[in-house]
Amino acid sequence: MLQYIAKRLLGLVPTLLIVGVMVFLLVHLLPGDPARLAAGPDATPETVQLVREDLGLDRSLPQQFLRFVGGAVTGDFGKSIRTKRPVATEIGERFAPTFWLTIWAMAWSVTFGMGIGIASAVWRNRWPDRLGMTLAVSGISFPAFALGMVLMQVFAVQLNWLPTVGADTWKHYILPSLTLGAAVAAIMARFTRSSFVDILQEDFIRTARAKGLSEPIVVAKHGLRNALIPVLTMMGLQFGFLLGGSIVVEVVFNWPGMGRLLVDAVDMRDYPVIQALVLLFSLEFILINLIVDVLYGLVNPTIRFR
Amino acid sequence: MFPVAAAAGPEAERVRTPWSEFWRKFRKQHVAVGAGGFVLMLVVLAIMAPWIAPFDAENFFDYDMLNSPPSARHWLGVDPLGRDIFSRLLMGSRISLTAGFVSVAVGAVIGTLLGLVAGYYEGWWDRAIMRLADVLFAFPGILLAIAIVAILGSGMANVIIAVSVFSVPTFARLVRGNTLALKHLTYVESARSIGASDRTIVLRHIFPGTISAVVVYFSMRIGTSIITAASLSFLGMGAQPPTPEWGAMLNEARSEMMTAPHVALFPAIAIFVTVLAFNLLGDGLRDALDPKIEQR
Repeated sequence: MLQYIAKRLLGLVPTLLIVGVMVFLLVHLLPGDPARLAAGPDATPETVQLVREDLGLDRSLPQQFLRFVGGAVTGDFGKSIRTKRPVATEIGERFAPTFWLTIWAMAWSVTFGMGIGIASAVWRNRWPDRLGMTLAVSGISFPAFALGMVLMQVFAVQLNWLPTVGADTWKHYILPSLTLGAAVAAIMARFTRSSFVDILQEDFIRTARAKGLSEPIVVAKHGLRNALIPVLTMMGLQFGFLLGGSIVVEVVFNWPGMGRLLVDAVDMRDYPVIQALVLLFSLEFILINLIVDVLYGLVNPTIRFR
Repeated sequence: MFPVAAAAGPEAERVRTPWSEFWRKFRKQHVAVGAGGFVLMLVVLAIMAPWIAPFDAENFFDYDMLNSPPSARHWLGVDPLGRDIFSRLLMGSRISLTAGFVSVAVGAVIGTLLGLVAGYYEGWWDRAIMRLADVLFAFPGILLAIAIVAILGSGMANVIIAVSVFSVPTFARLVRGNTLALKHLTYVESARSIGASDRTIVLRHIFPGTISAVVVYFSMRIGTSIITAASLSFLGMGAQPPTPEWGAMLNEARSEMMTAPHVALFPAIAIFVTVLAFNLLGDGLRDALDPKIEQR
C-alpha cells in the first residue's frame, strides 16, 4: 500500500514538472513586458530596468525557471503586482473559503446524485427514473452562473431567507454550494444509474436474490459496493470540475475565495498571482485524483495495487 | 467495439446498412428526435437572424421603454439601455452556436488524429501524446481555458481557441482507446496481411470504427462548450459589451437584477434550452449507436 502510494507520487513528478514549465512560460507568453506592468504606467525606463533586475527577468530562461521552481517549492511566489503583498499571503487568506465551498458542494452533490442514480436504476423506466433523469439532464444543461443568479434572486432577494453575498456564516454557504454542486449532482446521478444498471444484471445479484435476501440488502450490500468503483473515479474527475466551477460561482456570489482572486488577477494582468493560482489549482486536482486511486483499494480489495 | 460503423463500406449494399440501422433505432427516441429538430430550427434561426430580428441588436435604443417587461412591441422586453432583448438573443445565438460548434470541431479533428496515431503506433508516440493529454487534464475544468485567455487576451476568437484546446485531450483519449481495441481485430490484420499501408489501415479501416464514439461525444461536448464559452464571456474574458453574447448579456444584467430580472431571465433560458437540446440529442445518438444498449 505505502509502496503503491510512493510509486504513484513519483509518477506525478513528470506531470508536475511539465505543468510547472507551462505555468512558468505563461508569464513569458503574456503580451506586454512584465517588468513594465510591475513598475506601473508612469515609470521611467530606469525604474523599469531596476524592477526587471529585481524580478530576475534579466537573467536567462533556465536560470529564471530554476528560481521559479525554487520559489514554488518554498511557497515563495513573489509579490502581487496589484496589492504589492506577498502572493502566498494573498492566497492564504483566500484558500479556506474556496476549500470549504468545494467540500460542501461535493458532499451534497455526491449524496444527492448517488441517491437519485440508485433510485433511477432500481425503478428503471418507471416514474422515479424518468423524474430523476429529467432533473439530471436539466442539471448538466443549466450553466452555474445562470443558476446562481436565479437562486440568489429567488431565495435572497425575493424571499429574503438567505444572505446574497459574502462568506461569514453557514447560511452564506447554502446558495453557492448548491449552485456549484448542481452540475456535479446531475453527472453523478447519470453515472451512478448506468453503473448500477450494469451491476444489477450481474450473476451474483441474481444469486443474492435467489437465496432470499431482501431487495434493500441486495441493493445496498451487493450492488452499492460494486457500483462504487466507477462512481469513485467519476468523483475524482468531478472534483476538477468543482475547482474550475468555483471560479464562476465565486464571481456570482462575490465570494472571497481563490476563484475570484484569479479572475481579478487576469483582469489586472497580475501574473505572479495567476501563476501561483494555476499551479495550486492543478496541484490540488492531481492530489485529489491520487487520493481517489488509493480509495479504490479500500472499497474493493480485489483491485491489487500494481 | 463499434461494429455498426466498422461494417461500413461500399460492399455493404444490403437493405440494412449501418445508416438505416442507426436511423431505425434513433427514430424510436422521440425526445432525441424532437431535440434534433429543435437544434435544426436554432441553426436556421441563427443563420436568418439578421433578417428576422425586429430591431438592431446593438444600435437601436428605445429610450421610452427602458427595462420594460415583455410587450407586443418588444416580445422579450427591453434592457436597461433600451435595447430589444429578443433581437439581441437572436443575434447572440449566432455567436454561441458558432463558438460551440467550431471549438468542438477543432478539438475533435486534432484529438482524433492524435488518438489514432497514439493508439496505432503505440510506443514513443503514444507516451508523448498521452503525457500531453495528462498535462492538459491536470488543469481542472475551465481553468485551462482561463489560462489560455490570460495569455491570448480576451475576445471571442481567443475563447474559441481556448475551448478547442480544452476538448483535444478528451477526444484523443477516446479515439486512442477505440484504436487500441480495433487494431487487433481480424479484419485489420487481414488488411495488413494483404499489404495495405499504415495510412490505408488507419484511415480506411480503423477510423470508421471510431466514428460513432466521436459523433456521440461531439454532440455531448457542444453543450459543454457553449456553457464554457458563455462562462468566459460572463467573467468578462470573452465577448465584450455591446456584443449580444448570451453570457455577456447575463453579466450586464447582474447590476439590474433588483429592478429588471427579466433582462437576465431570457438569456439564461436561451442558454439552458440550447444546451439541453444538444445534450438530449447526444443521449439519443449514444443510445442509437452503442451496440451494448440493445441488450438491456
